[in-house]
Amino acid sequence: MIKEPKISENQREIWREPVNFGRFAVPKGEIHIFPERCKECNYCTNYCPNQVLERSPEVNVYGYHPVRVREDKKDSCVACGMCQSICPDFAIFVKEVKIQ
Amino acid sequence: MTEVEYHPKHELIREERFPHVWCPGCGLGIELQCYLNALEKSGIPQNNHVLVSGIGCTARIPGYANLDTYHTTHGRGLPFATGMKIANPDLKVTVISGDGDLFNIGGNHFIHAARRNMDLLVICSNNFNYGMTGGQHGSTTPLTSKSASTPYGNIEPTFNLPYIASALGASYVARWTVMHPRQLTKSIRTAMDVKGFAFIEVLSPCPPNFGKFNGFKDGFEEMEFYRKSSVVQNDAKLEDISIDPFHGKDIVLGDFVNRKRASYITLEHELIDRIRGGGQ
Repeated sequence: MIKEPKISENQREIWREPVNFGRFAVPKGEIHIFPERCKECNYCTNYCPNQVLERSPEVNVYGYHPVRVREDKKDSCVACGMCQSICPDFAIFVKEVKIQ
Repeated sequence: MTEVEYHPKHELIREERFPHVWCPGCGLGIELQCYLNALEKSGIPQNNHVLVSGIGCTARIPGYANLDTYHTTHGRGLPFATGMKIANPDLKVTVISGDGDLFNIGGNHFIHAARRNMDLLVICSNNFNYGMTGGQHGSTTPLTSKSASTPYGNIEPTFNLPYIASALGASYVARWTVMHPRQLTKSIRTAMDVKGFAFIEVLSPCPPNFGKFNGFKDGFEEMEFYRKSSVVQNDAKLEDISIDPFHGKDIVLGDFVNRKRASYITLEHELIDRIRGGGQ
């Protein structure tokens, strides 16, 4: 029996369906942020491939607007780790969530 | 959330000192993170790693790493590290410093450490100017780019750092930017296993000084500039890869040299064994 491929919103358009597509799930990440360390350099918001992050209107003690997860993209993180490795301030990290 | 959250690197950094002193958009934090990632993967115990630096913005990196770290006098990180490595060859000594520290005031020490093929890993952060003192031009400032002391454009040709290191006989030579964190981590990891002198040049943005003088609005614009103008070419001819991005020349990145050459510590121990065995 051939399974119907599930296409979630954060997957790009698939031009050719792999034969074992149904056996793989898109990884899911959980983003943790230390707002007091953020210095508003905009690297994570710009380099996140799924545009999951944005500046928040709140201000931290040093006067910067720390980053936060976008409300409409809460489930879009695929745990690629780009924000963590590009953050110069050790202010963000990603944990991969085990999918059942 | 009730449980306390820790950064994955919290055992390797001195968290009580964060947020660090570097400006928004500075790439030095990424460099520190890449070094710590490589350190974790190296399999060498944390107690055997030593981080040495000179003076400058980059030289503040050891202050944030939870290792045995030394902040030495200006330009003298390499002689200090050389002494430490000879006294205790079991240590994995890394010198992490800026271009001004390693090549301007400490240029002579670099030449001789590379000539001896000392067993050191040298990570040179190149931001094209003297960042800590306000953005004056130095030996790595690209041609015609502006700085605090060259407001009409720099007329001096630049140092080609990988070419110098390779010509002096370094065992390992590479160049990356902080925009390539994974490649940089892999490169540092490889260099930790190299016997002899390993040199990695890391290009890093300096938004309030070099960036401001050369028309980059913020760190992100400068980072994008590095990303767009850099190409990876591992077999590049080293004499052609000097940095000249303002005349349409690509910044060439890659792991250029990885060769086997007798290192200082190996030769020294051979000599000691020979003399102790009654030879001449």
